[in-house]
Amino acid sequence: MRQSSPNGPSRNGPLPRTLFDKVWDAHLVEAEAPDRPAVLYIDLHLVHEVTSPQAFAAVNERQLKVRRPDRTVATLDHSTPTSAPDAFFSEAARTQVETLESNCADHGVTLHGWNSANRGVVHVMGPELGLTQPGMTVVCGDSHTATHGAFGALAFGIGTSEVGHVLATQCLLQRRPRTLRVTVDGRLPWGASAKDLALAIVAHLGVGGGAGSVIEYAGEAIEALDMEGRMTVCNMSIEAGARAGMIAPDAVTVDWLRGRPQAPQGAAFHRAAEAWLALKSDDGAVFDREMRLDASSVTPMATWGVTPDAAAPVAARVPLAASARDERALEYMGLESGAPMAGTPVDVVFIGSCTNGRLGDLRAAAQVLRGRKVKPGLRMLVVPGSEQVRRDAEAEGLDAIFLAAGAEWRLPGCSMCIAMNGDLVGPGQRAVSTSNRNFEGRQGPGARTMLASPATAAASAVEGALADPRPYLEAVHG
Amino acid sequence: MADPFRVLTSRTVVLPQADIDTDQIIPARFLTTTTREGLGHHAFHDWRAAGSTVLDADPAEHRILVAGRNFGCGSSREHAPWALYDFGFRAVIAPSIADIFRANALETGLLPVAVEEAVFDRLAASPGAEATLDLEACELRFDGETTRFSIDPFARRRLLDGADTLSWLLRRLPEIEAFERRRAA
Repeated sequence: MRQSSPNGPSRNGPLPRTLFDKVWDAHLVEAEAPDRPAVLYIDLHLVHEVTSPQAFAAVNERQLKVRRPDRTVATLDHSTPTSAPDAFFSEAARTQVETLESNCADHGVTLHGWNSANRGVVHVMGPELGLTQPGMTVVCGDSHTATHGAFGALAFGIGTSEVGHVLATQCLLQRRPRTLRVTVDGRLPWGASAKDLALAIVAHLGVGGGAGSVIEYAGEAIEALDMEGRMTVCNMSIEAGARAGMIAPDAVTVDWLRGRPQAPQGAAFHRAAEAWLALKSDDGAVFDREMRLDASSVTPMATWGVTPDAAAPVAARVPLAASARDERALEYMGLESGAPMAGTPVDVVFIGSCTNGRLGDLRAAAQVLRGRKVKPGLRMLVVPGSEQVRRDAEAEGLDAIFLAAGAEWRLPGCSMCIAMNGDLVGPGQRAVSTSNRNFEGRQGPGARTMLASPATAAASAVEGALADPRPYLEAVHG
Repeated sequence: MADPFRVLTSRTVVLPQADIDTDQIIPARFLTTTTREGLGHHAFHDWRAAGSTVLDADPAEHRILVAGRNFGCGSSREHAPWALYDFGFRAVIAPSIADIFRANALETGLLPVAVEEAVFDRLAASPGAEATLDLEACELRFDGETTRFSIDPFARRRLLDGADTLSWLLRRLPEIEAFERRRAA
């Protein structure tokens, strides 16, 4: 394994460092030693109602205050209703939300609550406001924090005890992870999206293939993605077990951040952008592992099993079970080896989540649904990732397209991705979902989840069965 | 913080499946809580509701969970180790344990132990058998054989002492403040 690289020059000049090395080294309050982990400084701590109450309690028990409320931002997303602000699924959910409201008030933490124009799914809201910036360390009590790595930040999920550590000290104890570069050559073909690429990468790595590692995504196909696509790819790093995913900032990143309310403004922005653009892996930097993938063979994907790596092209057949585990997964999903993936009957379609709840995702779904109807009997839920996404979508008339098609247009939140707010897929029902996890019961007890892109989900809603979106996209182009 | 962990001798419960995710350990609909106590009766709720009897063994005598590789993958919910601890488990042995779950387990006082597949296979073949986890010696003793396991020395010390991480971090506040001054300069 490689040594943690010191900042100092070696005989041949400074050691080439990876993007990860640079961000890690810049945040070391104390480097690690054999008998203790590193003390890592955290620039931005995002907080939500589900994983924070016990952490605030730990801080309160010691009569401490949140050390850096200026680096802490909270929102309501996980257990919140998406039908109406007061339509809580349970009293416990309401109490959880009220607990975060009072904790934030007591500690002077900004909360984007019910009355905020910026409330949203935590990993949609942070970047949208410009809170997430290149080179930062970002944490949240949520495993999809890796999303923020799309900006060249080191961003990872933590547990509630660690949320307490950051609230109290703005630091975490961490061992240096390993590095894994995933290089994606070529270009995604027409009709394939960032979500399809993310599923292809996770399928390639396996559900535990990234364990212990921070992934840097690189290569032509990654550079060609817009920021929303990069967030989708980084978001799913945890589905391969990785600690984080990162992409070096470039002109696309800088353009996206310009003018965001919490980003530097004016001359300060230009200075920051210069530093951001210099933040990348040095030539010759050594990664612990390397993986290469060709984007040009990626087509619309969907999962067939109960782990996110069990993904196959929609146009392919359900794979042959390679193990007893696969057989159990197929049985749970009600699928048969060798049957075409496309045409699998679907009861529910969910569009939303921190993976695919952004404006571009809603546009992709609307493009398929425009002038069409959701198959009678199928339930389709469209949940914007934030209030900002909701406003932007409504300004473009996307809500009208969804409603005319027979879908439900909801308030922002995690909704059916984690299914703890009452938005559920019924027992035995099959859902095509733009979220990130297809674990057994993830979307409700007995629910069967097929993960896919927004376009695939929308096409499936029209057909009432898993569908390749490309014919629909062609019709638009034609 | 949990009680100090030194030597544990107990029977095993075996869940041999690979990739048991935290949604299985505790489904998300039970996360609408503001405390960490009392989650044990939600542990593997949907498995038990579907008729699994593997967790019916007396928790007081079955404190070691043996599971397949990549145990605890998925969400960062610390409710997963809280639920297992409250259920009665004090250790998890698996060929590999997901990163966030491992960190959360250590904070909970639930000892995560990674072992080679061959050792796992032997454990998995004898559910309910007695095993000893000796954290002083970093040894797993089972069926007349002794296997060394490795654990981060800092985490080991913390478990042996029953000490919490936050107290240690709070003692670094002078260094943290110095770091902030350095960066602001």
